[in-house]
Amino acid sequence: MNIPIEYYLILSGFMFLVGVAGVLTRRNAIIVFMSIELMLNSANLSLVTFSSYMGNSTGQLFVFFVMTVAAAEAAVGLAIILAMFRNKLTLNIDDINILKW
Amino acid sequence: MLNNFQEFYNIIPILLIGAGFLISLLIEMYFKKSDVILPWFTILIFLAAGFHALYAVNSVSVIFQNMLATGGIVNIFYIIFTFGAAIVALLSIDYIKKYGTYFGEYYILLQTSILGMMLMAGAKDLFMIFLGLELMSVSFYSLAGLNRKRLKANEASLKYFLLGAFATGFIVYGIALIYGTVHSTSIDMIASRFYELSSDKLFIAGILLFLIGFSFKIAAFPFHMWVPDVYEGSPTTIAGLFSTGGKAAAFSAIIVTLGVLFTGRIGNILMPYLAVISVLSMFYGSIVAISQDNIKRMLAYSSISHAGYLLIGLAAGNSFGVAGVIFYLASYTFMNLGAFGIVALIEGKDESNLTLKSFSGLASRYPLLAALFSIIMFSLAGIPPFAGFFGKYYVFIAAIKSNLTWLAILGVLSSVISVYFYLRIVVLMYFKDAETDLKIDVSKTGLAAVIISVLLVIIIGIAPGTIIDLIAFFFK
Amino acid sequence: MVQLIYLTTLLPLLGFLFNGLFGSKIKNEKIIGIIGSSTIGISFLIVVGAFFQTLSMPVDQRQTIVNLFTWIKVGNLDVNVSYQVDQLSLLMGLIVTGVGFIIHVYSIGYMHGDKGFGRFFAYLNLFIFAMMNLVLGSNFLLLFLGWEGVGLCSYLLIGFWYDRKFEKSTTSDAAKKAFIVNRIGDFGFLLGIFLIYLTFGSLNFNDVFARAASLNIPQYVFNFIALFLFIGAMGKSAQIPLYIWLPDAMAGPTPVSALIHAATMVTAGVYMVARCSIIYASAPAIMEFVAIIGALTAIFAASIALVQNDIKKVLAYSTVSQLGYMFLALGVGAFSAALFHVMTHAFFKALLFLGAGSVIHGMHDEQNIQNYGGLKKYMPKTYVTFLIASLAIAGIPPLSGFFSKDEILWSSYADGNIIYWLIGVVTALLTAFYMFRLVSLTFDGKERFGHDKHPHESPAVMTIPLIILAVLAAVGGFIGIPEIFSGEHGNQFDNWLEPIFQPAQAKIAMFGVHSSLEEIVLMVVTLVGVIGSIYAARYIYIKNIKPAEKLSKRFNGVYNLLLNKYYVDEIYDASVVTPIVKGSEIVLWKFADIKIIDGLINGVANLIEKISGSIRKIQTGVAQFYALIMMLGIVAALFWIILSL
Repeated sequence: MNIPIEYYLILSGFMFLVGVAGVLTRRNAIIVFMSIELMLNSANLSLVTFSSYMGNSTGQLFVFFVMTVAAAEAAVGLAIILAMFRNKLTLNIDDINILKW
Repeated sequence: MLNNFQEFYNIIPILLIGAGFLISLLIEMYFKKSDVILPWFTILIFLAAGFHALYAVNSVSVIFQNMLATGGIVNIFYIIFTFGAAIVALLSIDYIKKYGTYFGEYYILLQTSILGMMLMAGAKDLFMIFLGLELMSVSFYSLAGLNRKRLKANEASLKYFLLGAFATGFIVYGIALIYGTVHSTSIDMIASRFYELSSDKLFIAGILLFLIGFSFKIAAFPFHMWVPDVYEGSPTTIAGLFSTGGKAAAFSAIIVTLGVLFTGRIGNILMPYLAVISVLSMFYGSIVAISQDNIKRMLAYSSISHAGYLLIGLAAGNSFGVAGVIFYLASYTFMNLGAFGIVALIEGKDESNLTLKSFSGLASRYPLLAALFSIIMFSLAGIPPFAGFFGKYYVFIAAIKSNLTWLAILGVLSSVISVYFYLRIVVLMYFKDAETDLKIDVSKTGLAAVIISVLLVIIIGIAPGTIIDLIAFFFK
Repeated sequence: MVQLIYLTTLLPLLGFLFNGLFGSKIKNEKIIGIIGSSTIGISFLIVVGAFFQTLSMPVDQRQTIVNLFTWIKVGNLDVNVSYQVDQLSLLMGLIVTGVGFIIHVYSIGYMHGDKGFGRFFAYLNLFIFAMMNLVLGSNFLLLFLGWEGVGLCSYLLIGFWYDRKFEKSTTSDAAKKAFIVNRIGDFGFLLGIFLIYLTFGSLNFNDVFARAASLNIPQYVFNFIALFLFIGAMGKSAQIPLYIWLPDAMAGPTPVSALIHAATMVTAGVYMVARCSIIYASAPAIMEFVAIIGALTAIFAASIALVQNDIKKVLAYSTVSQLGYMFLALGVGAFSAALFHVMTHAFFKALLFLGAGSVIHGMHDEQNIQNYGGLKKYMPKTYVTFLIASLAIAGIPPLSGFFSKDEILWSSYADGNIIYWLIGVVTALLTAFYMFRLVSLTFDGKERFGHDKHPHESPAVMTIPLIILAVLAAVGGFIGIPEIFSGEHGNQFDNWLEPIFQPAQAKIAMFGVHSSLEEIVLMVVTLVGVIGSIYAARYIYIKNIKPAEKLSKRFNGVYNLLLNKYYVDEIYDASVVTPIVKGSEIVLWKFADIKIIDGLINGVANLIEKISGSIRKIQTGVAQFYALIMMLGIVAALFWIILSL
């Protein structure tokens, strides 16, 4: 069974765009953050694809790095969102705009 | 074995900060007086790392299976980061006490962010760039919102985090595309295959996404939107770090990764992109800064326009331009830290005294502060003989050498506009009567930090030749 | 010691920073004075050490370049902050730090009780810093830095008592006059430097002079360079027509007049022309011009000095006249004679000013010599030292002025143009006359001051510097005894400087230099004239004051002409200053500036502010909008770059 590399890349690109669309349209900070995770995962898919098709393990190693870092980012990010929620009692991004102009 | 010892010897600055941050964790946990010890320990660590980097600037080598480079411009970046961070730490001692709470993790996060910057500057592989970038960014997100009781800090860190992570997504995707076309994450491999791949759309798209991700970090238009909000909401000292260390680190990553573009050996295919965002950043920053009332926001827009001037050096695409950029970063780091330092000194509890009005008539009550701030404003505006002038001068000259005279002319025009809002503060301080009843007790350590920055600005302005020689020597 | 030469600029700079930053906080004058003077004293010792070290080196290795750091490096322009220690810079360095130190010590006494004591010493130290950069710099840019620096200090110190009246206006007007006139000269100097860089591709002395001697460069280029540089020298060294600022510079405190406006700064022009001797030697027409300007200035200023009544004014015009002498020497190619006169003049003119300061101090700020008289019994030390200086400047052997003046006169005679010699001799006679008019009116004769004045001798901190300078003024000439007297050793002073001027001397063919009989005859002629002139002055102003009044009545026109300094200030006012002021007020200010430029600038500024006010609204504060802008940027960049591949 030989799936051409393009299929994976197109899937990855599509996932990435879905993530971007999520960031741009969703109002809840946590969902926005999840969309960002989707973007990272689409990049991971590309990395694994390239790695597998080139017979070169570097890409797969990189995916581990990205996942670890994403976990750290998630921890910090959720802490920030939590602190925000405690003060403002909302996570609607449209309402978080005292800093402007 | 011996060889490995040499390798460890060469990364002593990194090891020092790595060890320093672990020890700091212990100090924070076990010492009751950690709020006294920790700041000075942090400063000591930064200075030790900085001076070692200065001392070992000649030991150029590539170590750890082609992962890290040491010596040369890498060490010059180390010096900028560590000395800048030492000034930030010195400023912070009294500043964070103004909020009435002490956070031990403040200094620890400061150290980890510097560690991240150093990994970026020394990277020889996209792994290291990515790791360094994330180490720095995650520390920055937390530092921005460290004072979790304040709504503005919350908002700043949330915006920084969401947009920063968004940009990281592009960087990782760019890295994936680069890896897919170059078949390696080694920067040397990227450099050596750059020319043959320069018509490969996938490769160029990867490079561009990578560059865009860092354009976010350096605060270039149109990826600058987070900058004013985050600077305003973050602690002032930390905003100073964002605008100097963060920017320098992002530039170091660009120079390290795409250095081959700037040696003039192959055509600079990204020149149009760099030139356009440079012009947009310069003018957007200078123009919008004029209508700001909050000094921190004004400095944020000023930081955007300085990103534009710095990009001129990269757009020039010759080694002279890169040397100019590094020189500019060094001088910009110290003058901007001085500017944020003075703002931090004058800032009262609950973010009072941050409007431009609070600066009117400052000269009659705090003549020293007014004089120091004036020197910094002159330097930021690019008026000789201060460091800021020579930074601009070198990047403009580099642009002219690459037949980008129009870019240099636009740079000068934008500088002229920027003089308006920089010197307006000097005018306010010296020629206007005080409008608010400003009473501050000037922190001694903070004042010392500002004075050191100003002295460095003056020294760099007196002997720019020696420094640019050193940088040009290492960047060939 | 040679390698430590940078301390001679660093220490004064530190002294300046200390006194400038903390001078107003420290109320103790002693600390300020000691710090201010000791930095200069140590610098002097270092220069002395460097001098002896250089003296012990072989003649052809006496030049040392001490490189400190790269200053500016852009393309081909590569300028270092580096000091050139050689015979010429050591000579100037010795004068600047030596005389400077003495004057610093003197100032402790003179400025005692002044509310700006710390500021005064800060400025003086800054001056020494700039002046040492000027004489030690190894390139034209550093020379220019020092040049502008001393100009700044001169400006600050002339206007030091900014709240005092000076003649018809204020001291700040005098300071501004000095500044503006010097700017005119500096502009010429700057053009000269540009032209040097354009022609020789370097600003380093060694490169420029080597190329000037070897490269084939058209004559007119040399002429222009030499002319522009000389315009700079005319401003700084107060030559016709730019001398007018120096008499007004007397508004500053007297030690300043001694240090800056007599001994050191005003000789910077002489130093610069001597430093560029090879360039001048390649431009004979300009050399001739230098000689003419020098000779005219010498006699012109001496004639004004004859009738002035302000003690410092007399000395100021005397300085202008003596500077004219030096340029006469430069113009006829006697470079080392000019520098010899720089040195001896520094001794006796500094002494004269300090003596005048002592008199003014003792007479409670009275400066009109018509109100002095018979002061010698009140201030004997001042009198004796002042007398020695007057004899020295008049050229009585064996005092220092005799040797240096004689060398200049002989060189101008040997140059083949008897007019120069004649002007020089007449100037010497006039000099002797006005100096002894001054001495007689001040120290001899009846007391003409009121009973409210109680003249007294100055304190030791002021008289000891006078005595040291008097010794130097007396014996300083012996290092330059002419060849006819010293025999085979030759003129030691000339020998020391010979390697510096050798390339220039080789280009100028001097003739008739070695006819010793002629030299002695001329010397005797001058000497007899000078002694006669001194007797005439003493006779008129001590024995019988009447002839002077009769003379001034009979030659009323001439007298008024001289008293009003040939109306030069008035002529400048009417021909240059007033038209410029009126023109700029009506045309430039009221029309061009306010209507056109301001209108344009304000219009643009308002426009930008409006734009700024509307653009800032883009920053809506909503994070997703920021992400959208980023995304648009990314899409635009990707499309543009990818499609352009």
